[in-house]
Amino acid sequence: MVTPLSSQLIDLCAAVLLLLSFSMLSQRRVLTLVDLFALQGGTLFVSIVVVAWNTHQYQLFYSAALTLVLKVIFLPLILNRLIRRLGAQWETETLLNASATMLIGLLLVIFAFTLAEPISRLASTITRSTLGIALAIVMLSFLMMITRRKAVTQVIGFLAMENGLFFAATSATYGMPMVVELGVALDVLVGMVILGVFFFHIREQFDSLDLHNLESLKED
Amino acid sequence: MNTRAFTMQLIAIAFAIIVAPLLIGWVNQCRAWLQNRRGPGILQPYRLIRKLFHKDAVIATNASPLFRLVPYVQFASMGLAAGIIPSLWTGLPFADAADTIALVGLFATARMFLALAAMDIGTAFGSMGARREMLVGFLAEPALLMVFFTASLISHSTSLPTMVNVLAHGPLAIYPSLAFASISFLMVLLAENARIPVDNPSTHLELTMIHEATVLEYSARHLALIEWASALKLFNYVCIGFALFVPWGLAQGLGNLPDLAIAVPALFIKLVAVGFGLALVETINAKMRIFRVPEFLASAFLLAVLGLLVHLLLGH
Amino acid sequence: MELIILLVLPPLGSLLLALVGERDWAAEVNILVSAGTFAAGAWLTMHVIAHGPILTGNEEFFIDPFNVFLVALTSFVGFTTSLFSRTYMRIEQHHGRLNRRQLRLYHSMFQLFMFTMLLALTTNNMGILWVAMEGATLTTVLLVSLYRTPASIEAAWKYFILCGVGLAQALFGTILLYFAAEKVLGNVGTTALLWTRLNQVKGQMEPTVLSLAFVFLLVGYGTKVGLVPLHNWLPDAHAEGPTPVSAVLSGLLLNVALYAVVRCKVLVEGSVHSDLAGNLMMGFGLVSVVVASFLLWRQKDIKRMFAYSSIEHMGIATFAFGMGGPIANFAALLHMTVHSLTKSSIFFTVGHATQKAGSQAMDKIRGLITVNPTVGWGLMIGTLAILGMPPFGVFTSEFLILITAMRDHPWATPILLLALAVAFGAIFSRVQAMVFGETDLKRLPHSPTLLPVFTHLTIVLILGLYIPHYLADWYREAARIIG
Repeated sequence: MVTPLSSQLIDLCAAVLLLLSFSMLSQRRVLTLVDLFALQGGTLFVSIVVVAWNTHQYQLFYSAALTLVLKVIFLPLILNRLIRRLGAQWETETLLNASATMLIGLLLVIFAFTLAEPISRLASTITRSTLGIALAIVMLSFLMMITRRKAVTQVIGFLAMENGLFFAATSATYGMPMVVELGVALDVLVGMVILGVFFFHIREQFDSLDLHNLESLKED
Repeated sequence: MNTRAFTMQLIAIAFAIIVAPLLIGWVNQCRAWLQNRRGPGILQPYRLIRKLFHKDAVIATNASPLFRLVPYVQFASMGLAAGIIPSLWTGLPFADAADTIALVGLFATARMFLALAAMDIGTAFGSMGARREMLVGFLAEPALLMVFFTASLISHSTSLPTMVNVLAHGPLAIYPSLAFASISFLMVLLAENARIPVDNPSTHLELTMIHEATVLEYSARHLALIEWASALKLFNYVCIGFALFVPWGLAQGLGNLPDLAIAVPALFIKLVAVGFGLALVETINAKMRIFRVPEFLASAFLLAVLGLLVHLLLGH
Repeated sequence: MELIILLVLPPLGSLLLALVGERDWAAEVNILVSAGTFAAGAWLTMHVIAHGPILTGNEEFFIDPFNVFLVALTSFVGFTTSLFSRTYMRIEQHHGRLNRRQLRLYHSMFQLFMFTMLLALTTNNMGILWVAMEGATLTTVLLVSLYRTPASIEAAWKYFILCGVGLAQALFGTILLYFAAEKVLGNVGTTALLWTRLNQVKGQMEPTVLSLAFVFLLVGYGTKVGLVPLHNWLPDAHAEGPTPVSAVLSGLLLNVALYAVVRCKVLVEGSVHSDLAGNLMMGFGLVSVVVASFLLWRQKDIKRMFAYSSIEHMGIATFAFGMGGPIANFAALLHMTVHSLTKSSIFFTVGHATQKAGSQAMDKIRGLITVNPTVGWGLMIGTLAILGMPPFGVFTSEFLILITAMRDHPWATPILLLALAVAFGAIFSRVQAMVFGETDLKRLPHSPTLLPVFTHLTIVLILGLYIPHYLADWYREAARIIG
């Protein structure tokens, strides 16, 4: 049972992505979180390039380039600058019961793997087995957004989720049509800009990026 | 069991017992260098052991026979473990009788005796140390087992020599699951061997010590044996790591001379590298609060399970 | 041609308003652009009625009776909202709640929002549909936080994060859909996401993949529809944004999201050959109706209350689409139309009522009938219409839905009836006090524009009394497409 090297590389990338998701889940420092996000983008970039190279799906190189520019360079840079300008670079976050969160994360991974299993079996791509990991990354990012209470962290979780979806698209179908990918990238970019503006609004109004302040609108 | 195999088995154990303090010495030396100190030299652990053997033992009046027995149990179980773990060649007759699960059991036995001995005198520190030691062990063990399970899923065997044979001599492949397992194993190794960030072997600060608290009452030859057993334990763990994650260079079977000529330098190169790595980890990390140790070990367990899951998902 | 105008006019208008949006006549420009869009929408509708479905622009755009009716509705309500917002925003500016820069942002984003919705409706590409839906979220986030108050920022943040996460699920669903389609259509670039192509081969697509895809798509777009339990953003966004935004959110955006769900359902149902998709929608719909109607009782804020009423009505429509069949689909389409018209007209009157009272709290709003009889009557009639009183159109659609439910799913009928009764009690008792109570409020500086309100309500009344045969044919055709 010898699988080709390319496929092994992709699997390795997938595993690294999953590992990064977990480290993001347990990372307390905001700036390190941004670095992890950049690293995740980088791994995604490598995996897309490997897929594109091996399957001769050359349109995937565009997606790879898009990932590199947007998710490895541009967004982390913006986030870094934003965090520094907001003076939040030393902020840490208390995690509620890290072990329990991790355990839930583990259950989510099992769930994602089971969910993706029948689909991977149908897929014909060399990357099919990684679909479960992609889904797991999406769910872990989701968990991260639920358990965190800082605006910046939630946004990073959101972007990590986008990464997971990108990875899913690559692993299941060698990427979506170009128009769609461009549209998605545009949405992410615009969303980021809006959120950047938002950080300033939130801080202006509440003097902090802590979302505990954003809990006044309740059912009453 | 023929005589040659038996002899080789004994040689393997003796080799481990002799080399083990060297590893500790090397780690300490590297640590000293990294911290801009001159360091006592690599041979310091041997000197320490010799010095301790020449002293007269002082034993508390209320100590039970168990207290005297435990250092020997410690040393014996670590020596036995060294007989199961392939460090130079894989042809170990003992390994047929005991697989990785038995190995974990062996470690657990040693730990239990240590905890019993620590409580035997009835000092506060001893009981506290025992409790903490058991806490660490209780959390580290499942993670270690999971690491072994991941590796045995790949090699379809729970016997360490077989794992080495499959991993080192099978077709070369990247195992993402082993990447997870290796990180998890490193965390377990740090915790089990009382290294920073879980425990600090060079301090006797009562609030934070774990392992040292359990051996506070020992002196002279008993302490020497315990120190030696600790060194052996680290050596064993490192060799397990080599066997699972970097098995290249190990001689197959009982080993012929050319193979051994490769195996010995290979082992020493790996030991040098790992010793330096350990020192580096211990230098750049701060010791964590004891309340965060469960979190640390839970992460180790989690990573090991992830490795297992990834293996099941990716199928290799 | 008319399609090009329809899709080019709003972004151009947005660009123009981004430049001149702070001028005094910006509101008129806004009206003009919206009127142009409406004209293009009407023209397109006429064309589709006369010549049947259009597939154009390299198959990227597809207009059939189902979406053309929503295009017409969207451009119409967009137009009337722009009429309403002219005076409303002027009063807000007068009250000092908005400055000129915010007004420019509002005008520009309003047009961009219209564009994203029209794009979502007319595109044939499921991927572009997702992009447009996400675009609609982005544009409205800025609209919801327009006032920059702590509450509005909180609402906008919640809206962004929840809808963003929801839509991420929808994207995963879309990926799965593409995956299934690629198996059948081959790797043919963009065409494998075209709805028309998918519709042709839906019988051959892998049922397991499509069922899973539908779950993700329903959860994703369902978040935007405001289905319980994914509805948390909706009341906040409606309550804290400016009233014209609440009107278009409730009247249009929810419809567009439901449209996306229904488009997906058509594909999935064709593949799975079971009631999975329909049952899921019925379940979500029913839960939404019941939960929303009980939560109505706990509301103190008038806009929040009507936001919950929107959840309830969207639940009814989702339930009806879930049941399927010609009558239920017909009723659901009718319900979407009349709800959209009635709810936006209610928000128009609510906007003026809150401006008068200076508060959105319901116990601060009293005696509208004496302060301004037109606003008072508008709110009263609108409320009666939304509560399903005959002879308004909502009654007709709800009646049809209940009838179908009684025939196909009798167990659901009492639940629906109970929820409707609860909602009736909750809303009617509050509105009655607001309209007829004692008051000492003074008049507003600008007289409100209530033409849109009464236009909408008149149409709803007419739809209740008599559905013109071409409209009925049109609904029937759309219902047939949905199956």
